[in-house]
Amino acid sequence: MASTKASKEQKYDRQLRLWGDHGQETLENAHVCLINATATGTEILKNLVLPGIGAFTIVDGHTVTGEDAGNNFFLSKDSIGKNRAQAATEHLQELNSDVSGNFVEEGPDKLLDNDSEFFHRFTIVIGVQLPESTCLRLGSVLWSASVPFLVCKTYGLIGYMRLVVQEHTVIESHPDNALEDLRLDQPYAEFQNHIKSYDLDSMEKKDHSHTPWIIIVAKYLEKWLSEHNGQPPKNYKEKEAFRQLIREGIRKNENGVPEDEENFEEAIKNVNTALNPTKIPSAVEDLFNSEQCKNITAQSPCFWVMLRAVKEFVHNEGNGSLPVRGTIPDMIADSQKFINLQNVYREKAMQDAAAVSKHVESLLQSVGKPAESIPEKDIKLFCKNASFLRVVRCRSLAEEYSVDTVNKDEITSCMDSPDSEMVFYLMLRAVDRFYQQHSRYPGVYNYQVEEDISKLKACVNSLLQEYSLNVNIKDDYIHEFCRYGAAEPHTVSAFLGGSAAQEAIKIISHQFVPFNNTFIYNAMSQTSATLRLLELNGNLPFADLFSSPNLPM
Amino acid sequence: VLFFSSREKKRRRIEDLTEKMAVDSGHRDGGCDWDGRWNHVKKFLERPGPFTHPDFEPSTESLQFLLETCKILVIGAGGLGCELLKNLALSGFRLIHVVDMDTIDPSNLNRQFLFRPNDVGRPKADVAADFINSRVPGCKVVPHFKKIQDCDESFYRQFHIIVCGLDSIIARRWMNGMLISLLSYEDGVLDPSSIIPLIDGGTEGFKGNARVILPGMTACIDCTLELYPPQINFPMCTIASMPRLPEHCIEYARILQWPKEKPFGETSLDGDNPEHIQWVFERSKERAAEFNITGVTYRLTQGVVKRIIPAVASTNAVIAAACATEVFKIATSAYIPLNNYMVFNDVDGLYTYTFEAERKENCSACSQVPQDLQFPPSAKLQEVLEYLTENASLQMKSPAITTTLEGKNKTLYLQSVKSIEERTRPNLCKTLKELGLSDGQELAVADITTPQTVLFKLNFTA
Repeated sequence: MASTKASKEQKYDRQLRLWGDHGQETLENAHVCLINATATGTEILKNLVLPGIGAFTIVDGHTVTGEDAGNNFFLSKDSIGKNRAQAATEHLQELNSDVSGNFVEEGPDKLLDNDSEFFHRFTIVIGVQLPESTCLRLGSVLWSASVPFLVCKTYGLIGYMRLVVQEHTVIESHPDNALEDLRLDQPYAEFQNHIKSYDLDSMEKKDHSHTPWIIIVAKYLEKWLSEHNGQPPKNYKEKEAFRQLIREGIRKNENGVPEDEENFEEAIKNVNTALNPTKIPSAVEDLFNSEQCKNITAQSPCFWVMLRAVKEFVHNEGNGSLPVRGTIPDMIADSQKFINLQNVYREKAMQDAAAVSKHVESLLQSVGKPAESIPEKDIKLFCKNASFLRVVRCRSLAEEYSVDTVNKDEITSCMDSPDSEMVFYLMLRAVDRFYQQHSRYPGVYNYQVEEDISKLKACVNSLLQEYSLNVNIKDDYIHEFCRYGAAEPHTVSAFLGGSAAQEAIKIISHQFVPFNNTFIYNAMSQTSATLRLLELNGNLPFADLFSSPNLPM
Repeated sequence: VLFFSSREKKRRRIEDLTEKMAVDSGHRDGGCDWDGRWNHVKKFLERPGPFTHPDFEPSTESLQFLLETCKILVIGAGGLGCELLKNLALSGFRLIHVVDMDTIDPSNLNRQFLFRPNDVGRPKADVAADFINSRVPGCKVVPHFKKIQDCDESFYRQFHIIVCGLDSIIARRWMNGMLISLLSYEDGVLDPSSIIPLIDGGTEGFKGNARVILPGMTACIDCTLELYPPQINFPMCTIASMPRLPEHCIEYARILQWPKEKPFGETSLDGDNPEHIQWVFERSKERAAEFNITGVTYRLTQGVVKRIIPAVASTNAVIAAACATEVFKIATSAYIPLNNYMVFNDVDGLYTYTFEAERKENCSACSQVPQDLQFPPSAKLQEVLEYLTENASLQMKSPAITTTLEGKNKTLYLQSVKSIEERTRPNLCKTLKELGLSDGQELAVADITTPQTVLFKLNFTA
């Protein structure tokens, strides 16, 4: 029984506050494919069904074993002997009646043999516990079809994810600590006029203490510029002097004691960030210089058309700057002063967005497309997020695995750090190699653990040799991976389940930034790393060991 | 420290490590287990390995301990709680209790996957327990539909490990305080068998953290209270006369208009009542229109009134998984546990950071040292009260202060009982000297953030 609009609003309320109704719409239009309904697979899917993806299809030719039913919440004892795709679909379907669940009782290899375009219909394909050959084959098919592919694996206490997507654009990246776009260093005409409308010295006490700090900084900056040859405060000493200048502006009572003017304290506190020069972020400059931006065609996705329009704006009406964002932070001020100031920014933002729209129109016209193909509200959203645009490009699996294009330098430099998670990446590759050779994973049965150690070591060595990797992998890791016996403990599956599902949501919604492109989770130490095994022509010389350098708390 | 060797778990060397089959060394548990059921778990309990805890010995006894003896308490059956119950059940734990005072709301259904639309209104603990018990044969989850404060010492003492999936710092601190109160010291030395490990998880949108607390040994919740900065409320003058944001308009309707206009009689504002929210929404819109403020929506109104924190299934899944992994490590000594704090954030890629939170020497909860209160004798009691609530390391909510004067117990101030509040209110304006307090005087402070009173020592300054 499908939910009503009202009941969906209620159900999804907590997540709508994160990605909005438009984000939810993208989820509800998505069809996700899961290959292999192992514990990891069903955990990932659970975290996609609950938030309401439109549909899922599980592809799995395996029969449920006792082992499967032991670590998988979406299989029961009764599922044993049944096809795993079917059994899992039944239990997952119960989670959300708005979602349409489907299953195919066949493995991906067979499916591809019979229908090479089977996977083209999906918004994203998530492959779990795939052997290397199947993974590479799928990778190639999905790459050609431009279908995002998320590879996931739980192996003992190690979790692994690999995102494979040619080009993923993000307009709404929702950065955690975004700098404000205040234009104090280059006030536009309307802002200048607004500043002029204030005369701090002649104001009544009440107005003086309720003037927004932005105005205060602007006024004192004018004073400073006139006294310093048009040069703003640049170093610490000058900024201190500037702060002092503002402090002297605080009204004093009849005894010469400074009044309590919190708005002036706010101004002083914000001097540092307020004086940040308005600059186009280098990431955005790079996008301006990319091929997709330079060559707009009828096939160009909207993102690139809008980006090109913004670039044109920057070189014309924008005088070298992006469209004004139009938001200001809350600050101590009376309602009217604040709203009036806010409106100055809002109106400028609207103006700039309109100018960008004109460029969008002429670009669309030039490639024979109607102006309506990119709605006004999309252009406004784009302009508002112009500083935060991101494009994620992941190399193909073929490139990662090819001897010619493997990035040796990164692997070697990571392995120089004793605690690097890179060793687990190499062990997973070695284990895949073992499977290729022996048609099984190492150490599955107790009696195999000891004897497989030397076999696995041989796989490690042949791997390192084949890729000319001059690194050393301690025997302990080889022993540990034999000990794992390809176990898929539930808690590690669940960790990966949450991680992978959110990355899939990012791909589907185009909000927030996906990882790029290999993620390793180590449940022994509760640590993780994102490895970015770049092309040889990539910009960064080292693999990123963390996605972002700041402590989030 | 190997927790359970001295308690219930007997250690025996595994007799035969070269069994032909990895699995099925006897169905010890009778009917509800099946072939291969615990294969994934057994590999970590029955095999030696290079990264195990130094005291770990492979054995078939460990699994039996999990299945038959190890008792875990899960606090909360919500976003984290549902995940925790599933994770523990599928890791071999069978004796699980769960405490939750809430009933199921439609907005829970996007992530609290043990609940269905038909369950709305029922107690979370009950529904969660039923679901797990029926999906995972042999698992015996016992629900408790009550507040954590309604359970006593003897209840908590029975558990080997306690894992929290709470949505309130106050509740966390209370739980923290409870476990600290269970510690026993002999000649000033902590008795390890009185320690109940506390695994604590928290999430907010796309951020989360998981931590391992060994009460009396490692950093406790209060040791790191500054990591949770106090919730900032809007200043009253902004709300009353200088609104700038739609939120200010909503707070105006909630804090000022509702008590004044009493639109539904004497009923207090209930964030879960759509009629109440609608009323606040409409008043907020009127207020906003007066000041030319845009942006008041029904969703925003509800968010502000209920202090809603956005939530998704994925973050809860990640944090609960990390917590459950730690429960498993501690229960089995399979690996060295997290030492001791992990943060997670997947707004931009995926980010984790793991560090060791340090104990605070004079922690008000776990240091056993009376807290220092430095005030001049001319300070008013009101100042002491403000210090207790505003200080970042204390963050008390509604402290009740008592002391001993002339051999008798005297309440200096208590807010939670109306008659006592009225009687003791004049004390707030009196100085510490006027109240008869002397240098070195001990004050006992009770508060909802802790089950035990906190001892303070007055240190008179000039």
